[in-house]
Amino acid sequence: MHGYSVFSILRNGLSGQKHWPLAWRAPSPKSNYDVVIVGGGGHGLATAFYLAENHGIRNIAVIEKGYIGGGNVGRNTTIIRSNYLLDGHTQFFEFSLKLWEDLSRTLNYNVMFSQRGQLVAAHSPDQVDAFSHRANVMRLNGIDAEVLDRDEVRRMVPYFDYSETARFPIYGAHWQSRAGTARHDAVAWGYARAADAHGVDIIQNCEVTGFIRQGERIVGVETTRGQIGAGRVGLAVAGHTSMLGRKAGLELPIESHILQAFVTEPIKPIVHQVVAYGAGHCYVSQSDKGGLVFGGGLDGYNSYAQRGNLGTVRDVAEAAVALMPCISRLRILRHWGGVQDMTPDAAPIICPTPIDGLYLNGGWCYGGFKATPASGWCFAHTLATGSPHPLIAGYGLDRFRTGRTIDEFGAGPFAWLQ
Amino acid sequence: MLQIKCPCCGPRDHDEFLYAGDASVSRPAHNDADFERWYRYVFVRENPAGAHREYWQHVMGCRQWLIVERNTVNHTILSVNFSREALA
Amino acid sequence: MKRLNKLGRIDRSQPVAFTFDGKAMTGFRGDSLASAMLANGVKIAGRSFKYHRPRGIYSAGPEEPNALVTLGTGGRREPNLPATTVELADGLVAESQNRWPSLKFDLQSINSWFSPFLAAGFYYKTFMGPTRRSWMFYEHFIRKAAGLGRAGEQPDPDRYEVRHLFADVAVVGAGPAGLAAALAAAEAGANVVLVEQDFMAGGYLLSETQDGEAGAWLAGMLVRLAGMANVSLMTRTSAFGTYDGNVLGLLERHGSRSADPKQGEARQTLGLLRAKSIVYCTGSIERPLTFANNDRPGVMLASAARIYLNRYGVLVGKRVLVAADNDSAYSAAFDLAAAGAQVTIADSRTQPAPQLLEQARRAGVAVRTKSTIAKAIGGQSVRAVLLVEPSGRVTLESDLVAVSGGWSPTVHLTSHLGSKPVYRQDIRAFVPGKVGAGQFVAGAVTGSFILGTVIDEGHRAGNEAFMFCDATRSSRARVQRDPPKTDAGPGVVGDENPGLREESPLSPPPEDARLSMQVSDGVGGKMTLAKGKAFVDLQMDVTVSDIALAHQEGYRSVEHLKRYTTLGMGTDQGKTSNFYALSAMAGLRGMAIPDVGTTTFRPPFTPVAVGALAGLSHGQHYKPFRRTPIHDWHVSNDAEMLETGLWMRPWFYHASGHDVNEAYVAEMRNAREAAGLMDISTLGKIAVQGPDAAEFLDRVYVNGFAKLPVGRARYGVMLRDDGIVFDDGTTTRVGDQHFFMTTSTARAADVMSRLEFLLDTAWPDLRVSVSSVSDEWAAMSVAGPKSRDILAAAFPDLDVSNDALPHMGLLEGRYRDKPLRIIRLSFSGERAYEIYTGASVGKEAWCRLMEAGTPFGLKPYGLEALGALRVEKGHVAGPEIDGRTTLDDLGLRRMAGKRSGFVGEVLGRREAFSDPERPRLVGLRCVEDGKRLRGGAILFRPSEPVQGHGLGRITSTTYSPTLDAWVGLGLLASSAAQEGAELIAHYPLKGEAVRARVVSPTFLDPKGEWFHG
Repeated sequence: MHGYSVFSILRNGLSGQKHWPLAWRAPSPKSNYDVVIVGGGGHGLATAFYLAENHGIRNIAVIEKGYIGGGNVGRNTTIIRSNYLLDGHTQFFEFSLKLWEDLSRTLNYNVMFSQRGQLVAAHSPDQVDAFSHRANVMRLNGIDAEVLDRDEVRRMVPYFDYSETARFPIYGAHWQSRAGTARHDAVAWGYARAADAHGVDIIQNCEVTGFIRQGERIVGVETTRGQIGAGRVGLAVAGHTSMLGRKAGLELPIESHILQAFVTEPIKPIVHQVVAYGAGHCYVSQSDKGGLVFGGGLDGYNSYAQRGNLGTVRDVAEAAVALMPCISRLRILRHWGGVQDMTPDAAPIICPTPIDGLYLNGGWCYGGFKATPASGWCFAHTLATGSPHPLIAGYGLDRFRTGRTIDEFGAGPFAWLQ
Repeated sequence: MLQIKCPCCGPRDHDEFLYAGDASVSRPAHNDADFERWYRYVFVRENPAGAHREYWQHVMGCRQWLIVERNTVNHTILSVNFSREALA
Repeated sequence: MKRLNKLGRIDRSQPVAFTFDGKAMTGFRGDSLASAMLANGVKIAGRSFKYHRPRGIYSAGPEEPNALVTLGTGGRREPNLPATTVELADGLVAESQNRWPSLKFDLQSINSWFSPFLAAGFYYKTFMGPTRRSWMFYEHFIRKAAGLGRAGEQPDPDRYEVRHLFADVAVVGAGPAGLAAALAAAEAGANVVLVEQDFMAGGYLLSETQDGEAGAWLAGMLVRLAGMANVSLMTRTSAFGTYDGNVLGLLERHGSRSADPKQGEARQTLGLLRAKSIVYCTGSIERPLTFANNDRPGVMLASAARIYLNRYGVLVGKRVLVAADNDSAYSAAFDLAAAGAQVTIADSRTQPAPQLLEQARRAGVAVRTKSTIAKAIGGQSVRAVLLVEPSGRVTLESDLVAVSGGWSPTVHLTSHLGSKPVYRQDIRAFVPGKVGAGQFVAGAVTGSFILGTVIDEGHRAGNEAFMFCDATRSSRARVQRDPPKTDAGPGVVGDENPGLREESPLSPPPEDARLSMQVSDGVGGKMTLAKGKAFVDLQMDVTVSDIALAHQEGYRSVEHLKRYTTLGMGTDQGKTSNFYALSAMAGLRGMAIPDVGTTTFRPPFTPVAVGALAGLSHGQHYKPFRRTPIHDWHVSNDAEMLETGLWMRPWFYHASGHDVNEAYVAEMRNAREAAGLMDISTLGKIAVQGPDAAEFLDRVYVNGFAKLPVGRARYGVMLRDDGIVFDDGTTTRVGDQHFFMTTSTARAADVMSRLEFLLDTAWPDLRVSVSSVSDEWAAMSVAGPKSRDILAAAFPDLDVSNDALPHMGLLEGRYRDKPLRIIRLSFSGERAYEIYTGASVGKEAWCRLMEAGTPFGLKPYGLEALGALRVEKGHVAGPEIDGRTTLDDLGLRRMAGKRSGFVGEVLGRREAFSDPERPRLVGLRCVEDGKRLRGGAILFRPSEPVQGHGLGRITSTTYSPTLDAWVGLGLLASSAAQEGAELIAHYPLKGEAVRARVVSPTFLDPKGEWFHG
């Protein structure tokens, strides 16, 4: 791999940028691979990278219907955190955060992981207690966490509404200093480039239309560019898992829902952390370019439309102004939607499937971006060894039958409420 | 805004309604003890990209539960019926 | 640059004073900020995002990439406004952005010197070391350098409103097509809303002189439309997005005469326009040309130069070079020449139409054919241009370069719902694809650039839109009417108007988009005509070479191109740059433009203030809180109110103690020793009525209700379908076929909907009706040993003796002519009664109880004491019923007994629910003096390492004055839950480790003697 460094920048700067090579090749599909990963998003590309890097498997294809990184890895609000309460989530997301901390250097691609911290405001004594519980669990699992009081919150984020008329007064906040944001596209591109350097074939504009079977076993995929044989097939197409799962004959507890995101015009730095409202659906961070990036709740009905509804836009705007009155005059530049695989407990499904040769990585709900490195790592392990990595042992498909769901919000088996 | 033509109240914005998911799954009888049927009813979802039968309740209107057929790709609403009538 | 004494739609009798960068300036009413700045000689209007190059005003509309200003001060500070879209108002304060110390001299323009190293995406390749936290260091400086304007830090003092609008036909854009469409639809009988983003209707027609025929047609149309009651013309209103159900998002700007709204006036109004049909007449936007230094102040779109002249009476340059590859720029050239400028056209085409050349000759405009602009020369503004012609290079002095690279239809709104624009090779532009039902397009947005055609299309679309909504209005057949003829139509604007000839399109596109690639700096080794940066996206500082680099590195999909180079991601959303970028990428990939495709158009079309989207829902109007009927009493009796799920409830009463901790213990003690009064009006209350009501309850609750006698109450628990506990509450049989159900405050709405769901979808055969009566009843609970005495004193007519009203009994009566229900049940463990009466007399009943009870020591208590009392009694509530716990977890399985057929029964027996490691409800008692228990502490065995998730947690705690000990409820792995076992409760946040003993969760009165008898 042609190394990226300040020296290569200088060298290329002086020679008119003419010597930068392709970040990844554009190969034609071979007839057979050891592993075929369906889905060239963050998770699929990361899986390919770790299969090569950790397990020495290099005869891999990542097959992408459109362009790589075109799904949720390029549509999310880029927040990375590991402030989970429940056993199963806590360790997995912390492992992911640790991988993030080294990711730019692992990939030789600056994914701009910025650990500027995440603050979630608490608006009642009960909420302070709930956040304290969470922080205690995090600390006992070796994760940094604090609960701030009102004055500490005020010092950190002076632009919240501390006035007498604030609709939801601020009692304190949950704070994770190692949380932050990353440049989402760079994650897909960085994994793609690093996987490509290991010999992984990244095949764009190639849609999987079916699965090739030998008896009960899946031994390859049918694509718009012909049949491709595979020792093992991994699905990493969150948002559209049901559609491919159906082609393979999988019955899944997944619904597709829209989550919107918003960005304002670029302004000089004002929001220095990731901040979230505790009394409504709204979280905000400021990108390095200067735009405030907002997220909110689901649109609330099944959809594959990749676009959202004005009602949700307004909900988020209301919450944003309630939290930060000074942003009222800032202007929303763009809003867009991503299709989420929602599961009945808002936890992912990443496991071998009942179908021999087929492995599933999906159901990421709205939490997939921060999970990308750990998901790739653990899914690669699962594909390489045939059995789940211990960190994802709780994310199996059978948990809905057994009752071992990991329901962080306790919202129950209603995907649209999770 | 999705506009749902409530058979009782006329066309209204969807934010007056409560969504309750897939209406194509069939609920086992209340005294059905079959685990598999309950499991499938509660968890397994077809999740089609296209026409989808789904429950909506007009909570800010007549409070009737409706079955709406809606395209999940372009959000076109194909039909709206009282669930009592649609299921009858 | 000068303001002419003639031309324009400005009112020269009304001067308007404003400031730009602190300098006092004057414009006229009818000016935009940009036109007034130009008239005042402002050349540099801003600095670019990355290289901080000086930039002038480039356009005359929302596509403006350069002239972004900050308006207002203090809480009214608003960054990043294109000066071209700001209507000049008296007292307006504008400030330039992204420069320090001044616009003329910006230190950060040093970035230009480093530009060889700052190519697209350079930051992905460096800033990764030496340590893994290094990025945070670099990022600090990068963030400071990025961003455009600075936001205000004070709350916005202005008001925003939301308006719901309805129309048969919504027409977007009041240019020639839109005016024609609106008139056609309105004459046919439709209610029409015509939306125009500008403060003046007319669209393209405003770039024509006012006294020409176009001006006359416009004036005539406006008079006609104004005379129609069924047409509403909304200027200053941007249609920013198309949403499902043919809803247009509108942003209406007010305050046209002063910079800030007056007291009580809204600054902006968000409009939700629900239209049966929509006609998009959104026009088109002129495309720039790329050449070296094409960003210098003094380079401007040709159409903009014409607008500044004809609409605002500002002659932007005296020695003008018009660089074009199409006919449309000739109109600008002729008008500028007529106004006294010396104009040369550099036309890159070989053979412009002879009649154009003839017109140019007559107008005194020199035309140079096969002449391509290679470079703009000049530092802070253009001094000259370098042209490349077959005979060699030519340098021409010039102070204005008016460029035109053809036109891009404004397809944005037509594709917000997912319709993909389609490429038309003949005009080399994307036009709307198949739009949705009830949507129509007309005019330049469809690629029609001949005025007569545009007006015709408008007529036709207006009529079609009317027919569509008429058909949806009623199914009866309607006589189809011919489109009404208006005076407007082809030929009205005669062919003596050089820009609008019937036979020559208004804007032929570039002959080959790739051609213009070749006149820029060194793309892919092609011709280099001149050194210097050639910008594609002026605002984001994306150059032609950046596009080449993206291609070279494999970022070739248009989305990759956009994301890698940041092209089109500025505040203008690439309105002038997107087409060039994708045609360039098509050229580099050797593909046809339609095969490269476009990026997705996302709303809003132009940016919308967050505050406008929030509308009136801010401050106390955001999620308005709910008050109980007794609210005022609590407030006037010095209760500390706390919000729980939108309800304002007393947390504690200040009379009880200095702070919550002191107060709740006092309130608890008083309830245990005398009596306490609690407002419980927030409980959900549901009337369940009908012959099958008992059967219904038998199915929704885990425990049975069929055998509950009339006049008796029962505690009930319901599950979700997946077997997790959903809610609990008490249901009282007030009649054979009539039950009065209460739910928790938090779940009131959910339970109600669920019951209705079951009746409507699952068991329609059950003859049951459910009605929410939550708001009809006020409710209060009097609890404590003296409660009966108090009740007797308050309601002397009622027999409240133990025989007449035993535990779990109901007594009905009337109070102040309203129904009264007294249900004897206990949440606190004391003898207690819940008193329900009409909401309108609730406060009065409360006062009566207080009055009657004071001699017995009755005092009110708040939520904190309520929570503490129930913990002492071992009753579960929200912290335990958390959406993850089962009947077994909460020790409630015995309620179901051997019953079957209730909701959640089958999945409630899933295998994990009987796992011995699964946490179950326990009581915990602190066994260390001077220490306390806290909710959210994690439980470990004393010998275990303190890490991981432990064996369970404490969910709720209280100090128990009765036991003089800290007690709590917890969820603890069954294997560790033997009574008497000692555990350590760890609370790392405070560094606490407290010994606690597992005990029965019923801390007090295990036999229930206090509330019986």
